Amino acid sequence: MSQLMIADRVPREELMTSGHVACPGCAAPIAMRMVLKALGPKTIVVMPASCWSIIAGPWPQSSLKVPLYHAAFETGAATASGVRAALDMQGDTETTVLVWAGDGGTFDIGLQALSGAAERNENILYCCYDNEAYMNTGIQRSSATPWGAATSTTPAVQPQSTHKKDILAILAAHRIPYAATATVAHPVDLLEKVTKARAIRGTRFLHILAPCPPGWKFEDDETIELARMAVRAGVFPLVEVEHGEHWRFTAEGAREPVGPYLRKQGRFRHLGEEQVRQIQAEVDRRWNAMRRRVESSESDEDGSLAEGG
Amino acid sequence: MVGNHAVSWGASLSRAEVISAYPITPQTQVVEQLSEMCADGRLNARFIKVESEHSAMAACIGASAAGARAFTATSSQGLALMHELLHWASLGRLPIVMADINRALAPGWNIWTDQNDTLAQRDTGWIQLYCETNQEVLDTTIQAFKLAEAVDLPVMLVLDAFYLSHTAEPVDIPDPEMVDVYLPRREPRYRLDVNEPRAFGALVRPDSYMEMRWHQQSAMDRARAEFEHIDREWENLFCRRYGAVESYRTEGADLLLVTSGTITSTARFVIDRRRARGEAVGLVKMKMFRPFPADTLRTLLSGVERVAVLDRNLSPGRSGIFAEEIRAALYDVDPEERPALYGYVVGLGGRDVTPGTIDDIIDRTRGAAAPTREDVWVGLNL
Repeated sequence: MSQLMIADRVPREELMTSGHVACPGCAAPIAMRMVLKALGPKTIVVMPASCWSIIAGPWPQSSLKVPLYHAAFETGAATASGVRAALDMQGDTETTVLVWAGDGGTFDIGLQALSGAAERNENILYCCYDNEAYMNTGIQRSSATPWGAATSTTPAVQPQSTHKKDILAILAAHRIPYAATATVAHPVDLLEKVTKARAIRGTRFLHILAPCPPGWKFEDDETIELARMAVRAGVFPLVEVEHGEHWRFTAEGAREPVGPYLRKQGRFRHLGEEQVRQIQAEVDRRWNAMRRRVESSESDEDGSLAEGG
Repeated sequence: MVGNHAVSWGASLSRAEVISAYPITPQTQVVEQLSEMCADGRLNARFIKVESEHSAMAACIGASAAGARAFTATSSQGLALMHELLHWASLGRLPIVMADINRALAPGWNIWTDQNDTLAQRDTGWIQLYCETNQEVLDTTIQAFKLAEAVDLPVMLVLDAFYLSHTAEPVDIPDPEMVDVYLPRREPRYRLDVNEPRAFGALVRPDSYMEMRWHQQSAMDRARAEFEHIDREWENLFCRRYGAVESYRTEGADLLLVTSGTITSTARFVIDRRRARGEAVGLVKMKMFRPFPADTLRTLLSGVERVAVLDRNLSPGRSGIFAEEIRAALYDVDPEERPALYGYVVGLGGRDVTPGTIDDIIDRTRGAAAPTREDVWVGLNL
């Protein structure tokens, strides 16, 4: 029943072709396919260097049926600002300019350009598909890599020693009109967020968790399951925030322990029980901080309702 | 009108549609005036006030790829920061125009003029045009768009910090309607278009990459003749032209100076004074550096006894950069006709190059039995 309902709500039009060159089980093409379905054909994609630079296909091919500009690694938001300005000058306010960047191009090298664009409130939709490391170059750590993860530059004997950067809070601090998280395991939630974002003017940011079988080291038929577990464990809460202050959970439910999520992934295989407890403590800390943001937004809204009433 | 305002008037008359820039001394007046023009509606353009020069060029790239006429201006450190994207603009075959106010590189901090910022970008695939006067700056800004859009390559027009950027000269502002005739709206052959979706800049394998570079090179080759053409067209409408290379009082000269930028004006003064005394000296001004006008230089310099090249720049470990390129261009001239080439490094970091400096260079060139192996630094206080 629920399957039928989901299929019903997913637009039929395919703006991504089959025959792309992603690894088996990769979440990134699933995310692109869903986002483009929600955006429709009046979309121009700006794509800084990422796994998707390859997935999109080598010249003269393209796995997208919308215009695509491959951009330098750190320039996604700036290049998109230019595309937007040109469209505005042509009187085209309808076409969505979509930046499609990985975590490296967003959390690290592209953060300055993204912050600049967000501060200017450029009328663009910025999607970060986050596979939590530099996967295209062979699984080197990024500032999106979670604490304790082994990568090719943070080997298991000395794994990632810092916690994942809170990119959503950083974007929210720019007070952009819309920012949200999403995953490929929650297609209706994802579609609703993209549809909502599409209708808003200004900078919109979508952070999509994209489990990576070779990078996280899990079986390639477990991608959706991993994304679902990340949400259920509270590692990756599904939220949205408007104008940097109105926070809302978009999926709630019983919190599950983080252990089973970690144990499913080879990148955490070296962790002992004590380290799993540390991760649980950090997940709890972040979850509680998020809950306080949401509750504070709710009480603000109640307050303003009371004042208005 | 100061040189910086000549740039902004040029961009405005060219009806630039997207401007994206970041402030840096001595370029600031360019972006200040363009901001005003956009704000009060004199110029119908989107001005994106980015957070770095790197993003300025990235935004120009996005705008140009989407079909807009895009413009930026920078200087020195800002141009150096753009380096990666200068390649992107050229290999992306985007007709972006940029003004660079020649300023020396740090450390130590130096805001005054020399050419190392632009010459360090020699191999990025941008056409480079060096200007001598503010009138030339304004005219060249407009010509640059016409040239860029004719050959699908970006153009950098270059002016000296302070000697042009902040110095007022009488400048004739061309009639906007005539400029519209000269430079109609941009008609891109390809652009980001939802009705005709294409991917730009995807992975290009070894079996195709060289061909892409060959096309870039042949566009550069075409740019020489194209510049000649658009320069004559400009002359027909506005009664002024500059030439990729200008020869000044070269008739019968046994010694020629080769200069670029504002040193040229000082050199003209010295040449006039010496000519009045009956001395057979002349001047070759290089406006175009990329594509390199090698054939023209070979024609102008062959058969002359001595050539003195003044370089307000330096390739450390080698020599002045214009001198080095001219030496290479003269290599296939018949040895009987090949001039002795004397290289001089002058005026780095804004040090004044006076008529006395140029007299000194002419006297040294005449007095030397043969060129020294290394370029001579003039005005050095050690």
